[in-house]
Amino acid sequence: MSHLPLKGLVVLEFSQYLSGPSAGLRLADLGARVIKIERPTGGDACRSLSIKNLWIEENSLLFHTINRNKESFTADLKNPDDLELLKQLIRKADVITHNFRPGVMERIGLDYDVVKEINPRVIYAEISGYGKTGPWADRPGQDLLLQAVSGLVFTTGNAEDAPTPFGLSIADSLCGAQLVQGVLAALIRRHKAGKGAHIELSLLESLLDFQFELLTTYYNSGQLPERSTISNGQPLLSAPYGIYPTKDGFIAIAMTPLQQLADVLNCAQLRRYTQDEAFAKRDEIKQELLEFLAQETTNHWLGMLKKHDIWAIEVMDWRQLVEHEGYKVLGMSQEIRTASGKTVTTSRCPIRLNGKRLYSDRPAPMLGEHTDAIIRELKLFIKENQLQG
Amino acid sequence: MKLLDDILVLDFSQFLSGPSAGLRLADFGAEVIKIERSGIGDICRQLYVSDVMIEGESTIFHAINRNKKSYAADLKNPVDLEKVKQLIKKADVMMHNFRPGVMERIGLDYETVKALNPSIVYAEISGYGNEGPWRDLPGQDLLVQSVAGLTWLSNNKGTPPTPMGVAVVDILAGTQAAQGILAALYQRAVSGEGALVQVSMLEAILDFQFEVLTCFYNDGNELPERSKLSNGNPYIAAPYGIYETASGYLALSMGNVPLLGRLTGCDELLKYTDPADWYDKRDEIKSILSAELLRQSAEYWLSVLIPADVWCAKVLDYDQLRKEESYRELNMEIKVKTANGITVTTTRCPVRVDGELLVSSAGAPLLGEHNREIEERFGLTV
Repeated sequence: MSHLPLKGLVVLEFSQYLSGPSAGLRLADLGARVIKIERPTGGDACRSLSIKNLWIEENSLLFHTINRNKESFTADLKNPDDLELLKQLIRKADVITHNFRPGVMERIGLDYDVVKEINPRVIYAEISGYGKTGPWADRPGQDLLLQAVSGLVFTTGNAEDAPTPFGLSIADSLCGAQLVQGVLAALIRRHKAGKGAHIELSLLESLLDFQFELLTTYYNSGQLPERSTISNGQPLLSAPYGIYPTKDGFIAIAMTPLQQLADVLNCAQLRRYTQDEAFAKRDEIKQELLEFLAQETTNHWLGMLKKHDIWAIEVMDWRQLVEHEGYKVLGMSQEIRTASGKTVTTSRCPIRLNGKRLYSDRPAPMLGEHTDAIIRELKLFIKENQLQG
Repeated sequence: MKLLDDILVLDFSQFLSGPSAGLRLADFGAEVIKIERSGIGDICRQLYVSDVMIEGESTIFHAINRNKKSYAADLKNPVDLEKVKQLIKKADVMMHNFRPGVMERIGLDYETVKALNPSIVYAEISGYGNEGPWRDLPGQDLLVQSVAGLTWLSNNKGTPPTPMGVAVVDILAGTQAAQGILAALYQRAVSGEGALVQVSMLEAILDFQFEVLTCFYNDGNELPERSKLSNGNPYIAAPYGIYETASGYLALSMGNVPLLGRLTGCDELLKYTDPADWYDKRDEIKSILSAELLRQSAEYWLSVLIPADVWCAKVLDYDQLRKEESYRELNMEIKVKTANGITVTTTRCPVRVDGELLVSSAGAPLLGEHNREIEERFGLTV
């Protein structure tokens, strides 16, 4: 592959916040030209959504993180002239993404049926919160709310803890990633069959898919998953799976036969349990292990565990991680220079192709930064088409 | 026509990361053949969870491997290896998630395979990348969560590091591997060139944290601080989190604090008019709100808050969710059937294509179930 795999493809991103734009970012890093279609006033609402009050001029650092390597085209979707221009742009596009609530694109007049008429080869990909039908269709598709209704909050934390959400936007990230999968698979079919596709996802379906192991076990047993009372790692898994405090830190231990663990740690308390009891008596077993591991340091235990290739490791925070050679060697971070000359450090695309890491130092666009250039390009395109026609 | 009609995938991977990618490709229409160790197979077949099993096999194996075929082979046996190589010549994609060096020892590393089939898309998932001091460590979900800093984001301040209770690393690594494979297949359709796609679990989970890691990189390496109560995301202001009510739990997303005060009749919240305080004083605000929300049921609060367009939801477990009309409307459950007649209820592919659900009734294969079919069809002989 002499160039990036999606080179030459044009993506129009009507999406805002994280789910759709994270898909756009991946497509951009894989070589597509991604043009954000934004409202002239304010643009993507994520521009004004900051975390920890970090800003690069008028845009949040968060926006810069999600929207690097893209262009920005402003259009008022309620203005007929702008809409006409957009339809011209849609003729040139390979992919369209949006994450408006159901019905919005229909009202604007850019729903799939309309767009398909303009460009039958387009891949039209959309994300809703809860699907397009049913009583929840119009509810706000916000990540925490999806975690709350999908049962996900009963997987994390210990049994006595309140329902505990994942501390990151898992629904948005997954749904965006799955949108990329759908779009790419549809592009493959388009290359063979010449026709476009309509790809639909919802945050709720993405989170249900995410829990497919738990749900399948629940469907076939009728039993709700239960978090363990101690060191819960994953509700379906037996002792010792979980994180344990040591004298000076924390240690994670994954699936390990109990007798092997007892031998390696020289832990008499564990020897009392058979492997058949590893799930049924996991809380009791974990309590024994918890008390035992608290007596010595992380390094003390890891020395014993690693020698026998037991699945265990120290728990680190980001400061410890970024100092570690195991992290440094990945070259995971990259620097981006914004239009105003500021440098932002962020992470790169995680996929490697032909042994190469994919870096891009192109910053997120200012609102409407590319509108004029794209219009000029479009006029040229229209003229050429007329000449050919 | 399915999206991936006529694509043949050989999946040498085990457990969840690689096989979840294979499942997605299968649901998109590819033919996915698991290449499994004779006699034992994918170790996931024996990974029983919560003491629930289906005909002696783990429930999760059935969930992950439906809609695939199984070809059993002993890759250390030259005859079997030769047959597998013949199969590789016909394949469009091959993938594995062995530790670095294993495929080299077997003799099925990318360089060797590329010589057999130059246009193949070869994907591999490692734990920590193919370089550095961690390369030989086991790439296991909990362990990768633990080194990647992920365990400091969920649960309240003061609780121990808390892993996410679903195999998020495996699933994201599989998701990204599928993205890379599909992008490479697209490029191959255009140019005819094959590709090597590499994903590691550690890079996958760092990417998942890209918003908050970028924050960390640029704010002088400040570590995340979970809120003392109702932590929803360490970086998001009050009221973001889950609250106990007189009956059930309520999730509150980002919102205006004084407005919440007015709607709930909690005057103490009216003074927080400066949005900057919603983050800086989030523990104080959440504590006031917690006491207030305990007075009434979750249903009551929904009836007050939803009409005012406050972003909130009632917390549901699977039993409750399954009774909701919106859940049923999704038709997320499918029944699949295995060759020995077992029916398993599981979830379908979450992606809809051209308005259609992607469903298949093919259950997970028995070990080596398709050896004869595959050998005959592809004429594998030594």
